[in-house]
Amino acid sequence: MMAAGVVVRSVMAADYPTAKVNTTNLAVTDTTVKVGILHSATGTMAISETGSIQAEKLAIAQINAMGGVLGRKIEVIQEDGASDWPTFAEKARKLLVKDRVAAVMGCWTSASRKAVLPVFEKENGLLYYPTFYEGLEQSKNVIYTGQEATQQILAGIDWIAKEKGAKSFYLIGSDYIWPRTSMKIARKHIENVLKGKVVGEEYVALGDTQFGSVINKIRLKKPDVIYAAVVGGSNVAWFKQLKAAGITSKTQTMLTISVTEDEVLGIGGENLEGFYSAMKYFHSLDNANNKAFVEEFKKMWGPKSVVGDVTQAAYLGPWLWKAAVEKAGSFDVDKVVAASPGLEFKAAPEGYVKIHNNHHLWSKLRVGKWRSDGQADVVYESPLIEPDPFPKGYQ
Amino acid sequence: MGEYSASELWSIVVMQGFSGLSLFSVLLLMALGLAIIFGQMGVINMAHGEFMAIGAYTTVMLSKVAVEYGFGNLYFLPAIAVSFAMAFLTGYLVEIGLIRYLYKRPLDTLLATWGLSLIMQQTFRSTFGAKEVSAELPPWMMGSFKPTETVDIPINGVFVMGLTAFVCLGVFLFLFRARWGLQARATTQNRVMAGAVGINTKKVDRVTFALGCGIAGLAGAAFTTIASTGPTTGSLYIVDSFMVVVFGGAASLMGTVVSAFGIAQAQSILQFFITSSMGKVATLLVIVTILMIRPEGLFAAKVRR
Repeated sequence: MMAAGVVVRSVMAADYPTAKVNTTNLAVTDTTVKVGILHSATGTMAISETGSIQAEKLAIAQINAMGGVLGRKIEVIQEDGASDWPTFAEKARKLLVKDRVAAVMGCWTSASRKAVLPVFEKENGLLYYPTFYEGLEQSKNVIYTGQEATQQILAGIDWIAKEKGAKSFYLIGSDYIWPRTSMKIARKHIENVLKGKVVGEEYVALGDTQFGSVINKIRLKKPDVIYAAVVGGSNVAWFKQLKAAGITSKTQTMLTISVTEDEVLGIGGENLEGFYSAMKYFHSLDNANNKAFVEEFKKMWGPKSVVGDVTQAAYLGPWLWKAAVEKAGSFDVDKVVAASPGLEFKAAPEGYVKIHNNHHLWSKLRVGKWRSDGQADVVYESPLIEPDPFPKGYQ
Repeated sequence: MGEYSASELWSIVVMQGFSGLSLFSVLLLMALGLAIIFGQMGVINMAHGEFMAIGAYTTVMLSKVAVEYGFGNLYFLPAIAVSFAMAFLTGYLVEIGLIRYLYKRPLDTLLATWGLSLIMQQTFRSTFGAKEVSAELPPWMMGSFKPTETVDIPINGVFVMGLTAFVCLGVFLFLFRARWGLQARATTQNRVMAGAVGINTKKVDRVTFALGCGIAGLAGAAFTTIASTGPTTGSLYIVDSFMVVVFGGAASLMGTVVSAFGIAQAQSILQFFITSSMGKVATLLVIVTILMIRPEGLFAAKVRR
């Protein structure tokens, strides 16, 4: 019941007396250690965050099955952020102050992360954050297991510009911080580095389902590439209406940074066929780590489960924490944080990751071409990209 | 616009016009059921969006079954009828269990139906899961119709328009030509007198409320052609629906039609020339301004009170 390639070290709790591995009054006993999971199980974000919760629970179950961390079984305390940012902050405080958890796996939206960040910094907690995001952040108390902007946006645009000889881009996204920041970075890259042209930039309200006017504008501008960051349910309307308006991958290239296997379930593969997504992970990834991971995931959460990019990144959290604790020989947050940079995780379903000094992961970019069955063929895989949350010239 | 040829511009005008009409039919379909319930009965139905979701979920479930058994091409029209029936039935039961105790207390109906909407959302979540689902549409519905080389008219848009026209006609006949509508209108105007001449007003209320809910179910079924369905889908549409009803003047069905048309055209045109988000903002500003001048909406009901 473990991911292939994990080096099994049987560590006895007796070798690590509690008084020594826990000098900061965390919820660690001789036999157990408490860890928090903080995601939205209700509200609009539950759609996305459910997968993260499942992946984290799977990783923890696997770690427990192989003896736990420093000989201690992980006990999960799960809190519901309820898609509400103040609630996230309140629950984070509860987990750190009252429950004294040794680490927290959690958050999805940048808004929820920004809400809990001051709490983690004040109470000196440790958060593993799984979502690809806009970058421009780094905290001693957070390990970012998703990709930041340069690992997804720049690498993806570079690929499509080279592969398709694209010169003109139409940018479209949902109207909130992540798409807007991402598009700002994308525009600078297109204009300054690739010397291409942005022929339109458009934002639609979250949840909007009317794309008629936008589609007509795109038709008029005839961009080489549509670069899209439409999120959530709007995606379904966006792709269905594109198809109905006669815009398909046969006549139009599109690269999205917001469609994973989870969204495809709703959109329907037949509406998406032939378009591209820039992600670091796809369910269909062909390697031994991933096969074992997907199999275990389906065993635990049902044979129809699909795994998307963020779900995989959430799965990395508990494993990276376990590795850091064991390297540090302690649960104390400062020591775990100090032990983290340089840690490698060779059993990662995405292949191989390594923690950088800036608390982000070295990871690859992959471009997937969607098939009608809702899975993607990986058509491009970059070398490992060094994370750079504060890229020069893009702020 | 010198960089575009005349024929390109012409085709954009045609498609943009169509996109405005298509938005109009969507808004009208959303608001019609709400307007009937509010206008005829004075009930502010905050759960209207959830009745749409009932229709949408029904269609999605039927699509799953249809695809499973290999008649994915044929299910859609019957699915619309079943969606109507499901929402109608639920509405009928809700009227018996909840609404009938609250007539003449509009603010209480607002609270009660809001609570109802939360209950329904949680029921969807427990039954269908938190993830958004989407119906597999028959291929004939996903294409576009090409009258000229550069013009593409989406078939799902045409379909929603056709359905809206059909529903409007049906409501009109029901309320203004059928004996039934006469009883409904009489009940609205003077409940006591209507009762005195032998109209079963309780039954009229029940069917009118259920009819409004059924139309919401129809709207939900139609929306599966353009969007996904999730537990909170209904709350996305409720604001737009209220906007149309309030702007049109609550008691007037004609007002609802005109208001949906005005809002759709304004939004569609503005969204083309400025950005999408700003188009919505500008439309709302115009509506607020007009409502400040005409608080009763575009078409006020001329009823002696």
